[in-house]
Amino acid sequence: MNRVVITGQGTINALANSAADTFEAFREGRCGIGPLDIRDVDRLAIQIGGQVRGYDPQQEFNRQEIALYDRFTQFTLHAAREAISQSGLVFQGELAAQAGVILGTSGGGLNTQDENYRAVYEEGKNRVHPFVVPKLMNNAAASHVSMNYNLKGPSFTVATACASSNHAMGQAFNFIRSGMAKVMVTGGSESMLCFGGVKAWEGLRVMSKDACRPFCANRNGMVQGEGAAVFVMEDYAFAKARGAEILAEVVGFAMTSDASDIVMPSRQGAARAISGAMKDARVNPSEVGYINAHGTGTTANDKTECAAVSDAFGAHADNLMISSTKSMHGHVIGGTGAIELLACIMALKDGVVAPTIGYEEPDPECALDVVPNEARDAKLDVVLSNAFAFGGLNAVLALRRV
Amino acid sequence: MAASVKDQVVEIIAEQAVLEVADISLEASLEDLGIDSLGLVESIFAIEEAFDISVPFNANDPKDSVFDVSSVASVIAAVEGLVAEQKV
Repeated sequence: MNRVVITGQGTINALANSAADTFEAFREGRCGIGPLDIRDVDRLAIQIGGQVRGYDPQQEFNRQEIALYDRFTQFTLHAAREAISQSGLVFQGELAAQAGVILGTSGGGLNTQDENYRAVYEEGKNRVHPFVVPKLMNNAAASHVSMNYNLKGPSFTVATACASSNHAMGQAFNFIRSGMAKVMVTGGSESMLCFGGVKAWEGLRVMSKDACRPFCANRNGMVQGEGAAVFVMEDYAFAKARGAEILAEVVGFAMTSDASDIVMPSRQGAARAISGAMKDARVNPSEVGYINAHGTGTTANDKTECAAVSDAFGAHADNLMISSTKSMHGHVIGGTGAIELLACIMALKDGVVAPTIGYEEPDPECALDVVPNEARDAKLDVVLSNAFAFGGLNAVLALRRV
Repeated sequence: MAASVKDQVVEIIAEQAVLEVADISLEASLEDLGIDSLGLVESIFAIEEAFDISVPFNANDPKDSVFDVSSVASVIAAVEGLVAEQKV
């Protein structure tokens, strides 16, 4: 089995439009959540979100590209450019054939759907732009990354709601580990902050109107975000031979299915995924110093997740740190695991654990060290990143410091 | 309005619980009737549609919501209040 390392990272999210600036925001515990600036926001009951601000597509893409790129694809390409540039890789010849791209997204081109449904249903138009289908399809982002960087190996898109990115990155990891690919571009993206996207979430009545306060006794729901994060994973020997800077090693991955409820999380399903990732990584639970939590800020997720962590770690659950950066960038749905992996890399590489901000009062049902409000310095060897999706599909990654 | 608020709410809850209207006791909690968290938000949606009102309810903290869902009777009272308030 090949060892797998990360040699490039890129992002755009509510906090910043690069990995370095996102790390700074994590260290400062900055909040990227604020009033939504989208069409028809006055008709929404939920009017806040982790929206990407100050972003002008015309600064990054030409007119023809914008005609083909939904916002989720634009975010992906922005993040991919940063990650691939950092890796220093150029995909040609044999390497191109051994390199692919696997990305997660839940909704794909939802802004494109929203705009065009509006045109035909609300405005009564009988004609839509010819590129609606290639723009909205869930694999559009992965395909454009492959086209832009000449990635000719295994490429596809994973849609498992809030665990999409973790599932995608887990596949990329295993493709390299097994020798199916030498380099994989992976991560995820979501752009669901449009009228229809937020309206749909409102219906479930699990959204907060004021803030995302994971693990906090007075938490009152999730806040949606948008953005993307993309990583370059590659074979360790290949990275080493070409002298690449290694950001972290991916050492384990596990996925489980609750097989029980379409929205309620399961303590057992989550615990099995956490334990499975440690087993796959061949790490002892006591080596794990930090978990980037799924931590959505809903009553159900946070208490179930804490119980699952206690089950998986036993007494060591009280020694490790667990934080939810969703408090800062919001829940980026199918892209969230990718953005949260940044916090894992920062913890390992820079020795700084991102906090859970907005934390006001302890909840006895979430009695773990949730790194409240302030980032913390720590020397860590192994970290985990949790993602538990609607539909009971769980995916946990394990990373190690190199 | 032909049917009373009470009758309509009981009908909505009965449908959600897959029970006969006659089997819905006003003292019962929605949980007693077998309505889970998804059934609850679906019932609230049906109530909003039936009465054309907006029900303030956050599934993260049902006990803290202004809309009291502790029993069938409390739901009826809450809907009556919202109808009086919002349908002027």
